[in-house]
Amino acid sequence: MKKTKVIVGLGSCGLAAGAGKVYDKISTIKKESNLDFELKKTSCIGMCFREPLVEVIDDNGSYLYGEVDEKRAAEILEKHIKNAEPIKEYVVKTDLFETKDKAYFEGQVKIALRNCGYMDPEFIEEYEEREGYKAMKSIAAKKITPVDVIQTVLDSGLRGRGGGGFPTGLKWRFANNNKAKTKYIICNADEGDPGAFMDRSVLEGDPHSVLEGMTIGAYAIEASDGWIYCRAEYPLAIKRLNIAIEQARKKGYLGKNVFGIEGFNFDIHIKEGAGAFVCGEETALMASIEGERGMPRKRPPFPAESGLWKSPTNINNVETFANIPWIINNGAAAYAKYGTAKSKGTKVFALTGKIKNGGLVEVPMGITIRDIVFKLGGGIQNDKKFKAVQLGGPSGGCIPEYLGDTIVDYDSVNSTGAIMGSGGMVVMDETTCMVDMARFFLDFTKKESCGKCTFCRIGTQRMLEILQRITEGKGKNGDIEMLIDLSNQIKDSSLCGLGQTAPNPVLTTIKYFRDEYEAHIRDKKCPAKNCKPLLKYEINPEKCTGCMVCKKVCAVSAISGERKQIHVIDQSLCTKCGSCFAKCKFDAITVN
Amino acid sequence: MRIARIKKETVKTEDKKVDLSLMDPFIEKYKNTRGNMIPLLQHTQGLYGFIPRDAFLKLEKETNLKLSDMYGVASFYAQFRLKPVGKVIIKVCHGTACHVQNATAITEALEEELKVKDGETTKDGVFTLESVACLGCCSLAPVMMIGDETFGKLSGKSAKDVIRSIREREMGTPCKN
Repeated sequence: MKKTKVIVGLGSCGLAAGAGKVYDKISTIKKESNLDFELKKTSCIGMCFREPLVEVIDDNGSYLYGEVDEKRAAEILEKHIKNAEPIKEYVVKTDLFETKDKAYFEGQVKIALRNCGYMDPEFIEEYEEREGYKAMKSIAAKKITPVDVIQTVLDSGLRGRGGGGFPTGLKWRFANNNKAKTKYIICNADEGDPGAFMDRSVLEGDPHSVLEGMTIGAYAIEASDGWIYCRAEYPLAIKRLNIAIEQARKKGYLGKNVFGIEGFNFDIHIKEGAGAFVCGEETALMASIEGERGMPRKRPPFPAESGLWKSPTNINNVETFANIPWIINNGAAAYAKYGTAKSKGTKVFALTGKIKNGGLVEVPMGITIRDIVFKLGGGIQNDKKFKAVQLGGPSGGCIPEYLGDTIVDYDSVNSTGAIMGSGGMVVMDETTCMVDMARFFLDFTKKESCGKCTFCRIGTQRMLEILQRITEGKGKNGDIEMLIDLSNQIKDSSLCGLGQTAPNPVLTTIKYFRDEYEAHIRDKKCPAKNCKPLLKYEINPEKCTGCMVCKKVCAVSAISGERKQIHVIDQSLCTKCGSCFAKCKFDAITVN
Repeated sequence: MRIARIKKETVKTEDKKVDLSLMDPFIEKYKNTRGNMIPLLQHTQGLYGFIPRDAFLKLEKETNLKLSDMYGVASFYAQFRLKPVGKVIIKVCHGTACHVQNATAITEALEEELKVKDGETTKDGVFTLESVACLGCCSLAPVMMIGDETFGKLSGKSAKDVIRSIREREMGTPCKN
């Protein structure tokens, strides 16, 4: 009989949901009782909507418990560990019986996330048990040449997962063709897209696969040093990367003559970002590593010719690197089996917004957006109406519900006006105002514009002012045309991706939701009932029972009325926060 | 544009006196390395919570960095602060997912609780309220981060409760209400 394992998910999401307390509780019970089990840690399992998660592995198999608080943890130990009686209603995933979250896992194929949630990321041994560093070891043992490694990556059809979608193998070939003495490889971990967090999960949950992917890349392009440019907002990721690098150095997986390959010297350094979205752009990122303001540089010369400190440099993102060891281990064909003609393999999406099952999903390319939202995601919160998804963050665009059957591959998504981006998928329901969404993204890109190109710097400011005006009910005829005109000029006249894509959220919302813009401008109404200056909260005297709930919940005391008397909202005091609307049980409060 | 982050100083604030010798170990470490400007500034801020004027002058004197370059970098990146901050920094996430889940209400509730505007520090110097782009905990939106701790699925009320409990811890006195 094997020893029973109890594994607690301690990724950032889990910790935010209280997993730290759960771990401490289990640890205390373990000490105080004579229960015999092994307590372990892992990282993000991806099932954020059921955090904190605790997995119990006994002789029968694995049981993943969801929404575990301290009380449930004690209960699980008492019933499952002590009495060997699993608590079925708390289990969210197991192979042994049906669970209500089964659909969330069906249809997922885990390649980039293959180890996340299955191992303790702070132990290199656990990674090695799961085929870790096997790819690099077989390259060394079989003396596979850099050219052959590149060919495998090319054949797999892997394209840049950071958003660009450029074939990774081709990028490596360009870097390999350059025969300069010093070359660099960079991992872009500056996951700045608000709404995307798959890179954080990989770095926290499986840092070694990124290191191995980078090492394979360095071997292929013959680079001597690597940098991971990681956001400072991800302290846990940085901590685990540091641990992983130290362990790899000790094992001889980084340093001189790596993996015993004579003359292959390679080491990895971490560079903490300092908070600038534009640094996700490769030339700006390199400027930042060099210690300068993160402003993009003119291309050509491309980084493969002249990059970091003017040496040839190759940049890939976290998810791309995490795929590489799997591809080398399983072969290009095994990877290319998944996906569509031009987009191979799998893609991780961060499913957030008004979705029931928010979290990370890794799906084969070619699945429809509707399937992601309804089959895996479980549909819209409170069963409201699905309106649109925003793909690709501030650089991407909205895809409306009626295009929900669009498949996810680079080209299909691009044809809608959105982009695949890094895979943030924010789901919106009927209460999300599309004009406000566009304003939100422009506010973001305006702040993050580095200021180098005039059209991006001033154009985004002007666009934001127009959008602001529209959401305040001061829109004018001709505003929509002006927005489109400005958008096109910004796209044409910006040096880097930030400016070239910044107008996308505005253009796609105008394309698919022009009627909402017109309602704001012409009728001074917000159909989604979101833009506060356009709203008016009132109490319907026929429905009001005088229960005083709204009066109590109002933070500014704008509601007056005695018990069992009809209440009234003082419009001059109302801040339109909507609390009364949310609390009223009798639908007596109306919004117009 | 990024430079707009630096607000014009209307009142001259007195720089807090700091012990500059604390900077010596990392100046020694990074003095001659390539691309050392950002790490030097990050470590300085790590010590004092912001980058004091005197620290800039010391860096200029003891490394090969120019004042104008350092100011350029410090004013470019969101991370760097040129003014003292509160003991506890509250970062309210305003990423897409949090925006959709009404992060604005969280900031508004905290502004009301702390009686400061976004980006300001309370008079007693305990709290600084900030907005950040994305903390990467999107599925728990709306979230805020205090120190290394992240608080998810907030409402205006629960955010206020978190602040009150921290205030009690910091001040040792229960707050009113």
